Amino acid sequence: MSDERTRVAEPGSAPTAGPSTPAPDREFTVAERSQFQLVLRRFRQHRLAVVSLGVLVALVLLAYVGGALWRHDFGEFTPDNSQPPSWEHPFGTDAQGKDQFAQVLRGTQISLQIAVLVALFSTVVGTVWGAVAGYFGGLVDTVMMRISDLILTLPLLVVAAMLAHRFGGSWWLISLVIAGLYWAYVSRVSRGVVLSLREKEFIEAAEAMGAGDVRIILRHLVPNALGSIIVNATILIAVAILLETALSYLGFGVRPPDTSLGLLVSEAQTALTTRPWLFYFPGLFIILIALTINFIGDGLRDALDPQQTKVRA
Amino acid sequence: MTERIDLSPEADSAPPGSDAVLEVSDLTVSFPTDDGLVQAVRGVSYRLNRGEVLGIVGESGSGKSVTSLAVMGLLAGSARVSGSVRFRGTELVGASDAELTRIRGRHISMIFQDPMTSLNPVYTVGYQIAEAVQAHKDVSKRDARERAIELLEIVRIPSPEQRLDNYPHELSGGMRQRIVIAIAMANDPDVIIADEPTTALDVTVQAQIMEALDLARAATGAAMVLITHDLGVIAGQADRVVVMYAGKLVETGTAEDVFYAPRMPYTLGLLGSLPRLDRRTERLTPIGGAPPSVVHMPPGCPFTPRCPLAQPVCETEEPEPAPTTGPDHLAACHFSERLAGVEPADLFATHVTDETALAEFARETEKRS
Amino acid sequence: MLAFAVRRIAISVPILLLSSFIVFMLASLSGNPLNELLFRNPPPPPQVIALETERLRLDVPLLERYWLWLSGLFAGDFGPSVQSNLDIGSELASRFLVTMRLILVAMLVALLLAVVVGVVSAVKQYSKTDYSATFVGFLFLAMPSFWFAILLKQWGIEFNNAVGQQVIYTIGASSVNPPDGFWSNVADIAGHMVLPTISLALISYAAWSRYQRASMLEVMNSDYIRLARAKGLSRRRVMVKHGLRNALIPLTTVTALDLAAIISGAVVTETVFQWRGMGDFVLNGIRTNDVYVVMAWLLVTATVVILFNLVADLLYAVLDPRIRYV
Repeated sequence: MSDERTRVAEPGSAPTAGPSTPAPDREFTVAERSQFQLVLRRFRQHRLAVVSLGVLVALVLLAYVGGALWRHDFGEFTPDNSQPPSWEHPFGTDAQGKDQFAQVLRGTQISLQIAVLVALFSTVVGTVWGAVAGYFGGLVDTVMMRISDLILTLPLLVVAAMLAHRFGGSWWLISLVIAGLYWAYVSRVSRGVVLSLREKEFIEAAEAMGAGDVRIILRHLVPNALGSIIVNATILIAVAILLETALSYLGFGVRPPDTSLGLLVSEAQTALTTRPWLFYFPGLFIILIALTINFIGDGLRDALDPQQTKVRA
Repeated sequence: MTERIDLSPEADSAPPGSDAVLEVSDLTVSFPTDDGLVQAVRGVSYRLNRGEVLGIVGESGSGKSVTSLAVMGLLAGSARVSGSVRFRGTELVGASDAELTRIRGRHISMIFQDPMTSLNPVYTVGYQIAEAVQAHKDVSKRDARERAIELLEIVRIPSPEQRLDNYPHELSGGMRQRIVIAIAMANDPDVIIADEPTTALDVTVQAQIMEALDLARAATGAAMVLITHDLGVIAGQADRVVVMYAGKLVETGTAEDVFYAPRMPYTLGLLGSLPRLDRRTERLTPIGGAPPSVVHMPPGCPFTPRCPLAQPVCETEEPEPAPTTGPDHLAACHFSERLAGVEPADLFATHVTDETALAEFARETEKRS
Repeated sequence: MLAFAVRRIAISVPILLLSSFIVFMLASLSGNPLNELLFRNPPPPPQVIALETERLRLDVPLLERYWLWLSGLFAGDFGPSVQSNLDIGSELASRFLVTMRLILVAMLVALLLAVVVGVVSAVKQYSKTDYSATFVGFLFLAMPSFWFAILLKQWGIEFNNAVGQQVIYTIGASSVNPPDGFWSNVADIAGHMVLPTISLALISYAAWSRYQRASMLEVMNSDYIRLARAKGLSRRRVMVKHGLRNALIPLTTVTALDLAAIISGAVVTETVFQWRGMGDFVLNGIRTNDVYVVMAWLLVTATVVILFNLVADLLYAVLDPRIRYV
């Protein structure tokens, strides 16, 4: 902070009287930093999160750019059957001669697309649902949260399997099915945040000044709840990836000829002894994606939660 | 069993003739944070004599609470503590946790600011008092309970036997603070450190708590460190006073010295902002400005920007506490002698910037009364 | 507290009814139970199809079908399955035991591990132990349960091959021909449970240990911990009697809330290890559009989840004297 103030007098500039170092902070001052700078600074201190962000960006680029440029198409049958990893096929090939690298990249694309759509959709619906319930309270709250509870008492995987069995197949329908159940989870979180914010003095102050419901929700509640919502949405991407792969593994998710990481693991499970590369690579990609996203979420939580001031040893 | 290390008065290793139970010298505490090293306490020294009440005054962030937590060895692991804290000659800084455990509660006990959070919500108050007794004395449950009842009687809790089976949430804040006081005196300690014991309470309850503290002191004969930001709490209680500012001791002396012959502008400012019944007509004198950042501490006297006496030397040289009216009355000010006979209003402006708001406030108050 | 329990159960009944209604509609509309029959080659005679239609109540309007199902429940009838020789009630009963013992044991293992690791992590915050535990926790959070289960299964097989005899069981919930005697039977079942329990437990463990760490940290920073230390209690006593005791309270709620997710996890685990449990039962039901099988499964799991949450709420009140249910 102080080093940006020490300026070396440029040659030719008028000689200044007195000491060249300016006076230090005489009174308690807070360096002016925008909210965004603060968040960025705190996020950058979470090294694992920064590394994870790099890895994730690399993965996304690999899946989309790399997938488009790669010499084999994911649906292409090459003449090489059941080849172990090589220069030609870095992740080997399956029994039908499909290039596993192309398959994994395609699977990553589909799994990521589903996860992001689930996170977006369920976050929007769940946040609004929870915020409205929490803000109005009373009967509105009871009815709305009972509906959320109802969904939460159901084992999501099985209900998703049932719905996917009916509608399933394409990646965006599966996203909608998963999101259609997951928003209930988000609504609980957002309601909790809104309930705790409602008690805060600045909301009371806004109310006292005669601000309307819509204004309070949009100008005061949402910006203050945004941190928790973003963190939650990030974590949700990881959760959705795992749910999608589990669904595909059980045979209710993405169907051939398209593929997803879960489907690839499912297809490879019987070949674990003979062609282990088919099993390990898609699994590692799932772990890598979910792990990096969780770390990023953790970093965001540190950065966006101003109450949490860590004293590092 | 209770005295595993020898702390009995007979084996007192303090120099003969000295009556000190607690000696703090050059205590320094800092915390590493994301923004740099926070210097919470910078070289504080004081002495607490047997049976005496020492008041420590300062505004929030002046390091007064950190000082006492350092004495107890209760700071977070990341805190860096140096200097010396001697209890009856035994060094506490750097002592093992096992050693400190034997001293805490038995010889030095502590009362915290917020009674609403300092009791464990899942245990009855009886359990929590008995626990304190049994931590240092090998007594039966029944005896510990008897002792608990006795303690509650001392701090004047009505029908103590029934209160023992209450959970903290079933009691009022004042009642809970009395329980905490009872816990503090459970083992007849030599020192009780009370860290803002009345700050979190209603004004009406504050006097009762001060009274309970007096009773506790009378019953145990303990010396007391009374920490507060409110000079009014200390007046009439403390034998000696320590004034802290920005982690440093800026003035110390007998209560009389500090209250009637302050030699540090900050102390004078504090006195001026204290409503006094004996001088009804005078106006309160606020101290303008805010304390300095404890992260990037500027050189010189930390009070400089707020000090009406400030001179160029104050910006460069930090004064050390030096004797003034007597050998035990120390003040850290380059110009302490200039303060002789000066009243707060002579030094600090009495006007309030927002005159209209003040007028409005006065009108409102008048209407209500 | 009894009144609270009764009222909670009373509130649960309409929830159960509503959710059963919704799922019944979804399940009934999600496919034709006769599909398998219709696409059979050679096609079965029309009388057979007509009989099946009637047996599966497909000739009755949807709402009435729901009513028939609901009223049948009170007589202990879970409705007809697509497989004509299958009695849903008795089949479910045997599978329920198989699945529940997996779930309960896995939860217990996960809870024990999570509490120990979470507390140690919190007490040694920012130490190497803490960082390693955190990393392992994150790893398991990111690990797809089926992938890990398949891996465990493979290791089990390899271990058996290396030893030259069946030490670790990798398929089924018990041997096809169970050994004689009660204790050898128990040993047989326990042997089959080892791998599925590990794979199911580790997934919940990951989330719970993170949670327990946070909860313990919060408690350890509270004023009453400071006072307990100031009383001169030993570090150990403060940690266990004041720290852990308070930090366990929120975990009860989290455990109960996660039960539904664990049931989902059990479905996957059972599939990997080829158990004939509830998971296999419902997945088959979904694949064959077996509406009443799905409904029976839903009813049982939802009841378990609701009861479990009730127990957790009551336990919460026992652990935290500030909570009073009236």
